[in-house]
Amino acid sequence: MALLDVEDLSVSFARRGQRTVRAVDGVSFSVDAGEVVGLVGESGCGKSVTSLAIMGLLPKQPGLQVSGKAVFDGTDLLQLDDRSRRDIRGRDIAMIFQDPLSSLNPVVPIGIQVTEVLTRHRGMRGEAAAKEAAQLLDRVGIPDPKRRLKEYPHQLSGGMRQRALIAMAVACQPRLLIADEPTTALDVTIQAQILELLKELVRDSDTALVMITHDLGVVAGMCDTINVLYGGRVVETARRRPLFRQPRHPYTVGLLGSVPRLDAGRGERLNPIPGSVRDLLPWPDGCAFAPRCTRRVDACVGEPPELVLAHDARSYRCVNPAPVPGLTPGEEVREVVPGQATPGSVPAQAVPDDPPAVPGLAAAPSEEETP
Amino acid sequence: MTGEDILVEVRDLKVHFPIKRGVLFDRTVGHVKAVDGVDLRIARGRTYGLVGESGCGKSTLGRALLQLNPPTSGEVSFDGVELTTLAPGKLRTMRRRMQMIFQDPMSSLDPRQNVESILTEGLQTHGIGGDRDGRRKIIAETLDKVGLPRWALSRYPHEFSGGQRQRIGIARALVLGPELIVADEPVSALDVSIQAQVVNLLDELQDDLGLTYLVIAHDLAVVRHISDTVGVMYLGALVEEAPSDRLYTEPLHPYTRALMSAVPVPDPDVEDRRERILLAGDLPSPANPPSGCRFHTRCPWAQPTRCADERPELREIGGSRVACHWAEQIASGELRPHKVGVEIVRPAGEGEEPSVVSAPNEPGSFV
Amino acid sequence: MTIISGKKREKIDRLAELAAREEERGVSLWQDAFRRLRRNPAAIVGAVILAIFVLVAVVGPFFVPYGPTDTMGIREGVVKVGQGLIPGHSAEHWLGYDHQGRDVFSRMIVGARQTLLVGVVATLIGLAVGAFIGGVAGAAAGLGGRWGRWVDTVLMRFIDMLLAMPSLLLAVSIAALLGPSLTTVMIAVGMVSVPVFARLLRGSMIAQSNSDYVLAATSLGVRKSKIALAHVLPNSLAPVIVQATLTLATAIIEAAALSFLGLGNPDSATPEWGVMLADAQQWLGIRPALAIYPAVAIIITALGFTLLGEAMREALDPKLRK
Repeated sequence: MALLDVEDLSVSFARRGQRTVRAVDGVSFSVDAGEVVGLVGESGCGKSVTSLAIMGLLPKQPGLQVSGKAVFDGTDLLQLDDRSRRDIRGRDIAMIFQDPLSSLNPVVPIGIQVTEVLTRHRGMRGEAAAKEAAQLLDRVGIPDPKRRLKEYPHQLSGGMRQRALIAMAVACQPRLLIADEPTTALDVTIQAQILELLKELVRDSDTALVMITHDLGVVAGMCDTINVLYGGRVVETARRRPLFRQPRHPYTVGLLGSVPRLDAGRGERLNPIPGSVRDLLPWPDGCAFAPRCTRRVDACVGEPPELVLAHDARSYRCVNPAPVPGLTPGEEVREVVPGQATPGSVPAQAVPDDPPAVPGLAAAPSEEETP
Repeated sequence: MTGEDILVEVRDLKVHFPIKRGVLFDRTVGHVKAVDGVDLRIARGRTYGLVGESGCGKSTLGRALLQLNPPTSGEVSFDGVELTTLAPGKLRTMRRRMQMIFQDPMSSLDPRQNVESILTEGLQTHGIGGDRDGRRKIIAETLDKVGLPRWALSRYPHEFSGGQRQRIGIARALVLGPELIVADEPVSALDVSIQAQVVNLLDELQDDLGLTYLVIAHDLAVVRHISDTVGVMYLGALVEEAPSDRLYTEPLHPYTRALMSAVPVPDPDVEDRRERILLAGDLPSPANPPSGCRFHTRCPWAQPTRCADERPELREIGGSRVACHWAEQIASGELRPHKVGVEIVRPAGEGEEPSVVSAPNEPGSFV
Repeated sequence: MTIISGKKREKIDRLAELAAREEERGVSLWQDAFRRLRRNPAAIVGAVILAIFVLVAVVGPFFVPYGPTDTMGIREGVVKVGQGLIPGHSAEHWLGYDHQGRDVFSRMIVGARQTLLVGVVATLIGLAVGAFIGGVAGAAAGLGGRWGRWVDTVLMRFIDMLLAMPSLLLAVSIAALLGPSLTTVMIAVGMVSVPVFARLLRGSMIAQSNSDYVLAATSLGVRKSKIALAHVLPNSLAPVIVQATLTLATAIIEAAALSFLGLGNPDSATPEWGVMLADAQQWLGIRPALAIYPAVAIIITALGFTLLGEAMREALDPKLRK
């Protein structure tokens, strides 16, 4: 039994007078202890909403609907009341966010923010808590931790802030860590430091890590299993090596083809995915990626694509996946799960800006959100 | 690079920003040395890539080159014309020949101008195209070049997606028929699948129009992909400059090595094999840069002699230019990396306490 | 590639080309803001209040039942102030008489025009002077280099001096200098709002001057004066417009306060809500309603302006777009 089992998770926002928006639509994945699982996708693909839904951190607003299951160690997190969820949050599951400055309280010293977690979840107070806090900062590689504890977030550099945030996250030795774009705001050399630190933490304490990112390079170096998301759906799941060596879903193929590689030569032409993230097909009408897909066939449109379970613990939702050399199409398919469509709802990106004056052309949920 | 047709030459360029304090009268209490002595040459029709981490001064250099930030000292010559001493009117005329593409396509477009007005403004300023119809024709051609539909003209920037906005920004630069384009992080604000579209567009435009690019980016992979020559900046100065492929196969400066080893590659096999050079600590404050070699505080190869007190000049080593006293010895393996004490760097730039963070013992492969 | 059959291809094309749908014209930010304003209930309420107010102020005086200065109550002997007799509402006089025997309803209607005039003119004075100083300072500071900063410093120290004085004190001094009259009230109230407009426009312009599109225009070779007028200024106006709407509300209240202090129009023949409120204070013991009518009218009008102003702030705020 996996540590976290997310099953058919859906998040929708109903707005008055508009079609219901599905930010996340039937996402399923599981995380074992000590495993690093990646959720990869571009801005607006639903990766962050997924993690917030699991943590119960979505802003409560009328029209918000979360369905499905997120079973953590036998308890369905989505069924918990706020109190017990708060208990689990921080103690068993911790989260690291993209922007360390806005995740830290600017007017409270780092030390108090760290000891607060220790007091809340481990009942530590006074000297003991301060000592433990200093040890935590030391563990995440913050030099001179005793002095650092008295400082305010703005006195630390971006990398040090992210380290402090990680210290707070691991303060209670959580069994699951969710990192939402933890290095996007940082420079590459600092990113390397932070990724190394996260790897160490996972290795040393058998913590499970859910890594949310848009950076395929980060995923390639960190994750054991990778889920590629598009339009609020998991379109492909695979172990790390098979995914990069033999991507099956055309979107994964497209993503890999459009990233320039450091070890590729000058002028090698990139193969971008045509169109923009906003060109999206509502799920009941077929595969969300169909409008941008180069392998599109008749069967892509009309009904949602089935989930194909293939060899190598791989699954994808595609009618016409990229072929594997040496295998006749369909040979590796183990099982086919019919897709389920929810009528009347549209994926988040397909919803034009408010007001929907010019359909399709009003500014989409901006692509700039996650640089 | 000799023998090539040099379009842009920058000599000992410095851009220092005063740090001012004071209630009623501002007093200059120091300088942020954003760019501190940079020499570079860009050949016509080629792409020069400038990489470095945030705060290294690469954007400031790009802007100073176009005289958008007045340089403190140094020379910039564009096609033989010295720009730093040019009269404002003449400089404005010269601007037609050198254009800029910005990082954030939203904030670099005036939200109250529609696309037609954005594209017409430059033409009007320089009196290109003659009458309205002439301008319309130029604009229509430019739209085709960047792959925007004709109906975009009457739309406003907020009605487009990020990738399309960046195309508008490129069209604005192209419409004047420039020779040099300075692209400051042209793709970093875009989604991965859109980045490739824009990179390819820039490539095509260069092939078709013979443009010269200065591409400024923090993403080494993007820079390698589109550049002929790459310069690596650290704290306001070039530390290494080499032909693109050479820089990636044979990085000579310790900072370049560290930078390369830190860039993730979307390939698990490469990721598992490679060894990282983890730099200790953060970038020192450019207001108070370290003495001698600026990198010596974080350099795993730093030596007790020379590094801390003698600022290295760029020297030619086998086709690269490197600012390191010990480049040959490091390349040959004679010098070994060692542990480096972390210097805490704060935004405020005060005290520093060393502690120890490990660096790997072997140079290892960098990619 | 596989061939896609008719209907399905249509469907894909429709979605793939959604972004390519051609429309006559794009939607500018102003149109966009207006559209959002129309959907905001607070804006509707504010606009309705103001529409009624303006309508009453403009056409009301032509339809009043009695002359606003006609002391008919005294003449007919109905109002006897000495004996504490000021009759309230009746069928003929909906809001009763005031202490001089004048019809309060008529005075309220005619007063609306004066009040609107005071509010609008005072705000326009503040806006014109403030926006001019702020605009020059902002353009100079944002784009003008060393000389520009010097100009900006001089102008802003002057504004700081204005700001340092308590607004009522400033207004009282101006009123005392020019002698009490309606014009004085308008100038005084206008001057009080000058620093607000000046600082607002200047700050907004400096912020806009640092934006990338200004840099882009510079790199196109556009002249600085044109950049200031064509790019920086239009993009800096939104907060000023919002502030003007909010200032209309405070201007009416401040004008009332000045009138209340006896610095307004000494000739109480022309009714104005502030003056009426001031006059009514003597008769609070006998007929408090005399004070309540103009007070409520001022509050409702100010509320209307405030509601509309806040709604405009929301509509024009780029951060709230979405």
